[in-house]
Amino acid sequence: MAIPVSYNIRNLVVRKTTTVMTALGIAMTVAVLLAVLALSAGLRTAFEASGNPLHVLVLRKGGNAELSSVVSRQSFQIIKAYPGIAKAPDGQPLASLEMVTLVSLTSAEKPNGMTVTLRGTSMTGIGMRKLKLLAGRWFSAGQREIVVGKSVASRYPAAQLGKQLKFGKGYWTIVGVMDGGQSTANSEIFGDINQISSDFNRPDALSSALLEATDEVAVPALISAMKDDRQLTVDPLTERSYYESQTSAGAPIEFLGIFVAIIMAVGSAFAAMNTMYAAVSRRAGEIGTLRVLGFSKGSILVSFFLESVLLALLGGVLGCLIALPLNLITTGIGNFITFSEVAFNFRVTPAIMLAGLLFSAVLGAAGGLFPARQAAKKEILTALREV
Amino acid sequence: MFRYLPLAMKNSIRNRRRSLLTIGSMAVSLCLLGVLFAMYAGLFMHDVTPGSALRMVVRHKVSLAQTMPYAYEARIRQVPGVREISSWNWFQGVYKDQRDPKNFFARFAVEPRAFLTIRTQMDMPQDQRKAFVNERTACVISKDLAERLGIKLGDKITIIGDIYPVTLELNVRGIFDDPDALNTLFFNREYLRDMLSPGRRDQEGTFAVLVASPNDVTPVSNAVDAMFDNSPQPTKTESEQQFALTFVSFVGNIKMFLFSICAAVTFTILLVSGNTMAMSVRERIKEVGVLKTLGYTSEGILSIVLEEAAVISLIGGVVGVGLAELLTLSVRKTFGLYQPQLADMSISLSVGLICLALALVIGLVSSFVPAWNAARTNILDSLRYTG
Repeated sequence: MAIPVSYNIRNLVVRKTTTVMTALGIAMTVAVLLAVLALSAGLRTAFEASGNPLHVLVLRKGGNAELSSVVSRQSFQIIKAYPGIAKAPDGQPLASLEMVTLVSLTSAEKPNGMTVTLRGTSMTGIGMRKLKLLAGRWFSAGQREIVVGKSVASRYPAAQLGKQLKFGKGYWTIVGVMDGGQSTANSEIFGDINQISSDFNRPDALSSALLEATDEVAVPALISAMKDDRQLTVDPLTERSYYESQTSAGAPIEFLGIFVAIIMAVGSAFAAMNTMYAAVSRRAGEIGTLRVLGFSKGSILVSFFLESVLLALLGGVLGCLIALPLNLITTGIGNFITFSEVAFNFRVTPAIMLAGLLFSAVLGAAGGLFPARQAAKKEILTALREV
Repeated sequence: MFRYLPLAMKNSIRNRRRSLLTIGSMAVSLCLLGVLFAMYAGLFMHDVTPGSALRMVVRHKVSLAQTMPYAYEARIRQVPGVREISSWNWFQGVYKDQRDPKNFFARFAVEPRAFLTIRTQMDMPQDQRKAFVNERTACVISKDLAERLGIKLGDKITIIGDIYPVTLELNVRGIFDDPDALNTLFFNREYLRDMLSPGRRDQEGTFAVLVASPNDVTPVSNAVDAMFDNSPQPTKTESEQQFALTFVSFVGNIKMFLFSICAAVTFTILLVSGNTMAMSVRERIKEVGVLKTLGYTSEGILSIVLEEAAVISLIGGVVGVGLAELLTLSVRKTFGLYQPQLADMSISLSVGLICLALALVIGLVSSFVPAWNAARTNILDSLRYTG
């Protein structure tokens, strides 16, 4: 017969100081783990949202980033005419020639400036990305006008609607703020391709071409056809795989965080073990009584084991509560592929919280096993005699 | 204060299992703190070597990914205080299989003669220096890299370019020893320039500058940046050390990250240690009554408990610092490859002492409440207490 769980819960309540202190220790461990997982989940969401499975990104052969890639206007004319590219209602192919470079913006957090991606594109490119305007309007062709992503606008005081930024050969007016959903467009600045390429003295050295295939079947065909084309020296790849490779930007912090969480977990398991051993020795009399009442050694073992898991789960829940406010935080991570900053939100998702609870349960199980075994092995008579 | 030390030591080995678990828990947490402190020290308080103090780096003001004209080299050379200058280009490229992190190392294109002057502390035989200067396809590699990849003098190294659209076929002509240049290959920039198109040839990523004395650092920085301030490619000139820090801050707010983790760990140790002392005091309330009857004062009881906590946490601290020393070895091997500042990270004497001091403070602070409770218990109540 099993000992009711309410017995364990009452015991945890009676020794509330010890319970709370042990649980808080576990909570901190779980919170650290959750913070790291939330960081990488947020980063992954930002990159995954940027990659449309129908989009093909064309870079120079061997160039693994838009920043170091060069695509000429002549190549673009060839690329644009490929079969398998979707057409806009007006009959024009959904293909956008783009130029990517960097500008530096300063903020209170980064007084020395942080680099932000500047993208020269066209209305076709904006339409393909399904971007929405939060305020203002889109830039006009041939004008020194730019539209900033919403994270850029919120992180840099200099990048507000109506203000001017100085880069290239002079000043540019911010005429709009765009919302790219979760995508990296939030961390970029968009302007007219022709205006930007002439300002940076690169009228014919553009960075990439973005294409939209008619359907998913056309994507691999389009990619292999362009690879084999002798007139072109390009490396086409799906936009999704391009952005997926950039998630590695968070790898050092992720690695460090998980390493810390595991070490902290060892420490917390020791602490939980300590608490449970104390519980077992304090309740020797009770254990004896339970045995006299007819509960088996097995049920004592299960009961103490469960108590430890419960204690740890309480810590897990507290840990989730500590980590939840992270959802409100936006942070930025630089990456060495785009050489610019990607802003993203921490995302404490239900799946992550579940992982945290599971982690705490494992921790409690590890800490509770030996004390529970000791409790079960106690002889009835000695147990009753212990004070 | 340490009058009761023998008694405190005896007390701490009374419940051996609990003391061991507490020491284990503290040791693991303090080991983590030690590694994080060492990491912080390695990143932000790196000792400046005499050679490094004289070296400066010139880069494009906006970002490392933007280039400056080759002609800057001659103009910077004219600045008073500049002893030597060479362009310093990150080649990147792929050596063998990129997916194996073992094959990751830095590759720079430099002007050999200037390079040998700039690396004042480099240890390399005279004939190897000569070979590097005279042979167009020569390269020199650091000793740690040669050992790791098993490369000997005279071996060939092929690197397929990605940023640069060329393939390098290099001969290893020198193996050098330089604490500031681990895991690095240098090759002759003329070899690269010959293969590039005229437009591409004159774009330089960074310039390395050697100044005559440490007092020249600030004036040279100001003079160089002022010279190019109004050009299309403005520069940022900083000491080698500051330049390395720019890299670290680019990855994200590492300082904040390390700080939050240290705070979480410290808080957890406080809880663990406080909990243990509370448990051990609770078990001994009767004893406290006996001691008081024998004539021990409240202060005496207070210091017995505090000293016991101090003994346990100090032992935990010593074990923790030992563990941290072992752990830094492996961190050095993994992270050091990517972040050169961490390549010689270690638990220095000051980091070790800080950890021990922290352990002591945590032990005393966390046990103060239980100790205070024990000290002020009334004799009669404590003798009557049954646990």
